[in-house]
Amino acid sequence: MPVLQEVHDIEKSFGPIKALRDVNLKIVRGKITALLGPSGSGKTTLLRILAGLESPTKGTILYENSLITNSNRNLLRQKATMVFQKSVFFDTTVFKNVAYGLKLREYSKKEIKDKVREVLELVRLKGYEKRRAKKLSGGEQQRVSLARALVLNTELLLLDEPTVNIDPKNVSIIEETILRVNREYKTTIALATHNMFQAEAISERVALLLEGTVRQVGTNQEIFGASNRYLASFARLENVFSGISKINKADTSIIDVGQNLKIEASFRRSGETTIYVRPEDIIVSTNPLSSSARNVFKGKIVSVSDFESVVKLRVDAGKEFVVKITKRSFVEMRLNVGSPVFLTFKASSVHLI
Amino acid sequence: MTNEIIDGIIKAFQLLFSFDPTLYSIVFRSLYVSGLATAMATLWSLPIAVVLGLKNIPGKRFIRASFNAFLGIPTVVLGLILFLLLSRSGPLGMFGLLFTPLAISIGQAILITPIIVSFITSAIESIDLELRELARTLGSTEIQASTAILQEAAGGVTLAIIAAFNRAFSELGVAMMLGGNIYGLTRLLTTAIALETARGEIAFSIALGVILVSIVYTLSIILNYLRRS
Repeated sequence: MPVLQEVHDIEKSFGPIKALRDVNLKIVRGKITALLGPSGSGKTTLLRILAGLESPTKGTILYENSLITNSNRNLLRQKATMVFQKSVFFDTTVFKNVAYGLKLREYSKKEIKDKVREVLELVRLKGYEKRRAKKLSGGEQQRVSLARALVLNTELLLLDEPTVNIDPKNVSIIEETILRVNREYKTTIALATHNMFQAEAISERVALLLEGTVRQVGTNQEIFGASNRYLASFARLENVFSGISKINKADTSIIDVGQNLKIEASFRRSGETTIYVRPEDIIVSTNPLSSSARNVFKGKIVSVSDFESVVKLRVDAGKEFVVKITKRSFVEMRLNVGSPVFLTFKASSVHLI
Repeated sequence: MTNEIIDGIIKAFQLLFSFDPTLYSIVFRSLYVSGLATAMATLWSLPIAVVLGLKNIPGKRFIRASFNAFLGIPTVVLGLILFLLLSRSGPLGMFGLLFTPLAISIGQAILITPIIVSFITSAIESIDLELRELARTLGSTEIQASTAILQEAAGGVTLAIIAAFNRAFSELGVAMMLGGNIYGLTRLLTTAIALETARGEIAFSIALGVILVSIVYTLSIILNYLRRS
């Protein structure tokens, strides 16, 4: 496997806090590598080191087998571009924001115009050139950020949680763009995410980060294909339930997770089981739905967090579920803390870990 | 006194529209001296403000606090210090600058340096620091990244320069002590007002005051308009 960039025994401290320790990682040329881990696991710090924005406290970085030091870190910034989790913009138009890196590289006006037009078409923002970047929606802003990095056509693209807190439509546009760029332009991509389904769907290689260190690196098959204790420990954060599973007559499994909560899953398994349900896969309604979904639970909203176009709800249905819905749905359904709701999800949305 | 004020305002307009060469030479000299002072101060204050705004240098808080403290330095005290430095027997006496327009410009530039440094530093600090990281990851050098931040802080930079120019243009102590208020050479609007008032020419003083305030006000309006557009 041709390696584009590699880090050895990387350590990064911020005062007394060790953000990274003993990190070893190879970014394979032409592949998408996911840095999968929960918040605070060091994903962003590692990406910043790969991007040449941060120097490690200890350890070595090699780019195309050349040692990167403080004296040539600028070089790294010419070869790799990072898209930040929080969209940051110059207070000007979309065109000028996207054109910034091209101007630095001294492209002609015509080349800049053509390239910006092309890349905006790629992220489906054709005609947005004259709009003020700061006035766009969260999802559109993230697409402009992606376009601004893509237009430079650098060898390595580093994406820090590119789809966090944005609505599903924008998520799918961004994911499609990432895949297309990797496929058509062979751009090497490192993607930091806490979403294991995104990591599984997009990347070919996964590095599992926990508590500032890379616990496991491998292909998707190696990481997600078998029971994985590191993955289980990471996924313990949201909608993960454990209980005794029994195979029922319909050839599905019923997992008793306690508090009178029995979750039906489409897989067949008996005995001690840990399952996971994606917050995005759960439908919230104010009345019970008549549908093919096998799991319907009544609960009460216990907390609401607002992330621009997406609202994250915590619902107590005996066990606590995390659910994500669009802000529009949240407003239209007149939900609030204490509102009674029904949670509905399919048996096939229940994943085994 | 009311009559004198009204007379003064009428006289101001008469003077303005009579294109009196003495008056206009004072106005243009004032603009030139303070313009030069603002240019000089901007030249050395801008790099200081960029470093203070973007870098975590040792003693940064002390330096910032010092510049803030010097915002209120009495102009006569500064004038006195510079007078002693520039006078023939002083350490910089060999340059023969005392009682020249350049001496006033230097004095005013020193006076307004804390204004420019403090205002621009605050303007830079108010910009999202991730913007600098953005510029860097898009391939800019450290200088290009700092320039990008300065462009974002353009509103604050413009305001700092306007405020500094207005302070220089309106100050008296430095102009009087370093310029000496010599007719045809170092007489400025502020020193002329002081002189005319002392001579009992209240109406003429008011006329000069109206011109001074009008210029400051007009410049501020124009620059604010330019900044917004």
